[in-house]
Amino acid sequence: MIAEKGLWNRLRTRLLFTGPTLFAFITVMMIPFFYGIYLTFTNWDGIAITHSLVGFQNYVAVFKDEAFWKSFYLTLKYVFFTVVLINAVAFLLAYALMNKLRGQTLFRAGFFLPNLVGGIVLGFIWQFIFSNVLVYIGQKGSIPWLSASWLADPDKAFWSLVLVTVWQYAGYMMVIYIAGLMNVPKDILEASSIDGASRWTQLRKMVLPLMVPSFIVCVFLSLQRGFMVYDVNLSLTKGGPFKSTEMVSMHVYGKAFLSRDYGVGQAEALVLFLLVATITLLQVYFSKKMEVEA
Amino acid sequence: MVGSKSTSPWIKVSVLSACLVLFIFPFAIVLMNSFKENRAITSGPLSLPETLSFDNYIDAFGKMNYVAAFSNSFIITVCSVLLISVFAAMTAHYFVRNNNQLNQYTFMIMVASMIIPFQAIMIPLVKIYGSIGMLDSKWALIYMYIGFGSSLAVFIYHGFVKSIPAELEEAAMMDGCTRIQSFFRIVLPVLMPTTVTIAILNVLWIWNDFLLPSLVLIAPDERTLPLSTFYFYGTYSVDYGPLMAGLVLTILPVIVVYMFAQKYIIQGVMQGSIK
Repeated sequence: MIAEKGLWNRLRTRLLFTGPTLFAFITVMMIPFFYGIYLTFTNWDGIAITHSLVGFQNYVAVFKDEAFWKSFYLTLKYVFFTVVLINAVAFLLAYALMNKLRGQTLFRAGFFLPNLVGGIVLGFIWQFIFSNVLVYIGQKGSIPWLSASWLADPDKAFWSLVLVTVWQYAGYMMVIYIAGLMNVPKDILEASSIDGASRWTQLRKMVLPLMVPSFIVCVFLSLQRGFMVYDVNLSLTKGGPFKSTEMVSMHVYGKAFLSRDYGVGQAEALVLFLLVATITLLQVYFSKKMEVEA
Repeated sequence: MVGSKSTSPWIKVSVLSACLVLFIFPFAIVLMNSFKENRAITSGPLSLPETLSFDNYIDAFGKMNYVAAFSNSFIITVCSVLLISVFAAMTAHYFVRNNNQLNQYTFMIMVASMIIPFQAIMIPLVKIYGSIGMLDSKWALIYMYIGFGSSLAVFIYHGFVKSIPAELEEAAMMDGCTRIQSFFRIVLPVLMPTTVTIAILNVLWIWNDFLLPSLVLIAPDERTLPLSTFYFYGTYSVDYGPLMAGLVLTILPVIVVYMFAQKYIIQGVMQGSIK
């Protein structure tokens, strides 16, 4: 324990070491968070200097806002498919890349590439591919399901968004799974092969259980990113056609900054926060129970 | 060894190569079309450019205000990442070495706050900082990144500082270092590998961030690269040539850095996830 002599010296050291971080943290995170809770009880329109308290009126409006619940349901559906697919693809890629393999670094680098580029740019790239390149291939090769833009069809637009998200994040999660696979002790696998365990048995009975910590991290990350998706959504589909791909984050943005319904928008953001917090905490709690020691 | 020796490595390599082509294909398409005229792009997006014309690039370079957007992004990213790293390391160090209840609770609140999504904060954030006139400047944005980024950085540093023996610093202070000197001369250099991890995670986030800059930066010459790409695409959405060139210009700096720092970036992401 290192401690200075005298109250003044101790206070000065504390301020020096924790002051800048805590000041920024409190003024940027904490105050807006609690002020946001207060805003949900007001009728502030974004312009007026004054606003008055309206009780739970905004929360009633949230429950009546059908577009919000529609985007909410869409987001749940989107999160479910992206979390499953991202992690399946990522784990398979990581598992395939475990053995020493020619070009291993190149594969890792290539699969990781989309994560270096921002969501806005990725969305624009794929918008061009979906509405020009694939349509061109479809028309030249007479492939009916490609000859019209996927982004113009509500159902296909949803799956386009899922596809781009999986493509975007699979490489990132792959890197985390590779780190996890490298931590699986080699000796227990060797011992089990001597005892006659097949690859499949090894994977099921040893590798997967020992990989639970990596799965917790990756599912947690993909859940959070899925619920918060905004920039790919904006640049790929703009929520269209007919709001069929408007995810909840985009809806909240529109409610607050375009319709100037700040109180309702903030109430919706808090409902979203509570849901995400509950789901991620439950996920971490239940998957922690599955962890085993090697 | 994990993995299969029984399946032929050739099958595995070809399946992986096919996957790699799928992952790279979108980027290759954009690059290819960035050299073509609009007519050539719409009539044959898969064909190679006939001539290597940089007209699209010149066009995009000017219309995107590329130099300004790039330097804004650069200043914002570098300043934010440097300040987050130094401040968070100091705070984590202080929390570990002065392990009293107040510090424990503060640390717990910071860790718990990581679950709050940005969307739950953005509306009050804009209201508060708008009303005190602190929007529309990159310095305000840097300040906000410190606030949003410090929790994770303090959390990661906290785990590492615990593994540094306090005797190191005590010895330095016996020799006449002040506490702040011993931090910068002894602790910070020892923390270097962690700092690299934190810097990489933060660069990936801040360089590509869109929503926060779009709310904070209003003036066109304050725009970051993702913002400038967004407005550029919105304004010229029919002229594909310059648009493709614009996308390449946005991606290019990242690819260049990636080629040199690939090993560190992959390692940084790996280490960041284990903590």
